[in-house]
Amino acid sequence: MTLIEFRDVSYVHPGGAAALSGVSLAVESGETVAVVGENGAGKTTLVRHTNGLLRPTSGSVTVGGVDTRKTTAAALSRRVGVAFQNPDHQIFSESVESEVTFAMKNFGFDDALVSRRLDWALNFFGLEEYRRSSPLVLSGGEKKRLTLACILAWDPEVVVLDEPTVGQDALQKEKLAQILGMLRSAGKTVILVSHDVEFLWPIQPRLVVMSGGRVVADGEMATIMSDRGLLEGARVTQPQLLRTYAGLSRRPARPFLDVLGARDWVSGLRPREGEG
Amino acid sequence: MSARTSGPGRKTLASVERLSFRYPDSARAAVRDVTLEVGEGEVVLLAGPSGCGKSTLLRCINGLIPHMYHGEYQGRVVVGGLEVAKTPMSTLSENVGFLFQNPENQIFMFSVERDVAFGLQNLSVPREEMRTRVDEAMRLLGVSNLATRAPHELSDGQKQRTALAGVVAMRPRLVILDEPTSLLDPKTALEVAELIGRLNRELGITFIIVEHRLELLVPLAHRLVVMEGGSKVLDGAPEEVLSDPRVESYGVNVPPISRLYTSLARDGIRLPRNPSTPEELAQEINDL
Repeated sequence: MTLIEFRDVSYVHPGGAAALSGVSLAVESGETVAVVGENGAGKTTLVRHTNGLLRPTSGSVTVGGVDTRKTTAAALSRRVGVAFQNPDHQIFSESVESEVTFAMKNFGFDDALVSRRLDWALNFFGLEEYRRSSPLVLSGGEKKRLTLACILAWDPEVVVLDEPTVGQDALQKEKLAQILGMLRSAGKTVILVSHDVEFLWPIQPRLVVMSGGRVVADGEMATIMSDRGLLEGARVTQPQLLRTYAGLSRRPARPFLDVLGARDWVSGLRPREGEG
Repeated sequence: MSARTSGPGRKTLASVERLSFRYPDSARAAVRDVTLEVGEGEVVLLAGPSGCGKSTLLRCINGLIPHMYHGEYQGRVVVGGLEVAKTPMSTLSENVGFLFQNPENQIFMFSVERDVAFGLQNLSVPREEMRTRVDEAMRLLGVSNLATRAPHELSDGQKQRTALAGVVAMRPRLVILDEPTSLLDPKTALEVAELIGRLNRELGITFIIVEHRLELLVPLAHRLVVMEGGSKVLDGAPEEVLSDPRVESYGVNVPPISRLYTSLARDGIRLPRNPSTPEELAQEINDL
């Protein structure tokens, strides 16, 4: 079932600069889609159309069959949760706790549910110790986690994450990968905007490549990432494991998707030391 | 040992001696008993989980601590022979350049040229000299053709290069970068990383860099220092530190090729060295 559909969408900034030109894209319910491309390619503008923050200058965007121009951003945001790239654009409450509960209270969740979801979110994202602190004391990486906690707490159908790995250490990235796995198995639709090809590679999302406000490729990540000419034009780099695969003189039919897969294949090349 | 490894031949440019620092409203010290020597011409990467004290340590080296942020300060930091706590910021800034994560916080003048010149104007460098240094910095960073453009017209990569040009124009001996590539697309990030490598090789500038995306910077770094809970826990050549079994538990984003190298070693397959590029790893596997 198509959940989000862009039909020939163009968007021109109030100043006159075109940010999207003729974008058509259908996201199915339950899909994980990653949007990549150079700075200024239109990725953020694209995802801001999913929750009605921006509305197309021409063409249309529908979410669950509803045209975003015919509904309110408030109604859309119950279905689509967007975590912005810069958490400072999103965080405004006096405490971490009230930041997380704000949207849930607005949506009219009952108190018991709000408190259960709050506990879960703070605990899961390692923010429990800051419960009553001002969000302003958090580090950049912690603020970023707070924006994720806020959105996952209200459990929207579509989760949109704009550069979620920026400033995150390996432990937090691993947690984020786990969350994506959980969301996937819960049947949620996830749209990721990310420069972090190393993070995306093992997840193997459907990949949408943008350049100059247009979608220049859309499909399987492994296939697109092997097209060096395309990547060059869109200023996207290849993940390390794929570059390693490309440099091998003998190699398996499909590239390695993760370190374990690569290790197993290389291990099969020769007997282990001490066994010969 | 790789050719990049810092040898005993290097002169010390910055030294941190048994440094501890606690912010006034915090229960525990952000930096605890850290000792670190940085040699002239080294590129040192600083990694560790968020909240490990990396940014606080950077502030202690560039003088923001204790000159701007007060707190409980113990130990000594010396940069280019000057003790940071006892030297005014204006003098320190002739030796140490600092670049924020987000160039928006640093670029604010009406044109690229004015922005690059800003630091020099503050030091009252003579006009002729300023012209030469600004032109040279813009050329090195590839922003000469943007000289008269307004910063808001620039792409993110151009902004980061402009900010870096402003730092280079000061001809600092040490440049401190806090996540210089985290907001950049992969290709632009790679270009900025290559530029850092060039500034290091051609001008001999020493760098201390906090960065989570290690895969970009490991190929040009001489050392990798890992912090946790305010303390320094690992310090060595990047390939050695990345082979340390504890490194992942410290939250370091170990590049996939280094993880593959380590897990092969655990499987009994020893490759000649922990590779710094995927092509190097592929060659090592081909040679098995």
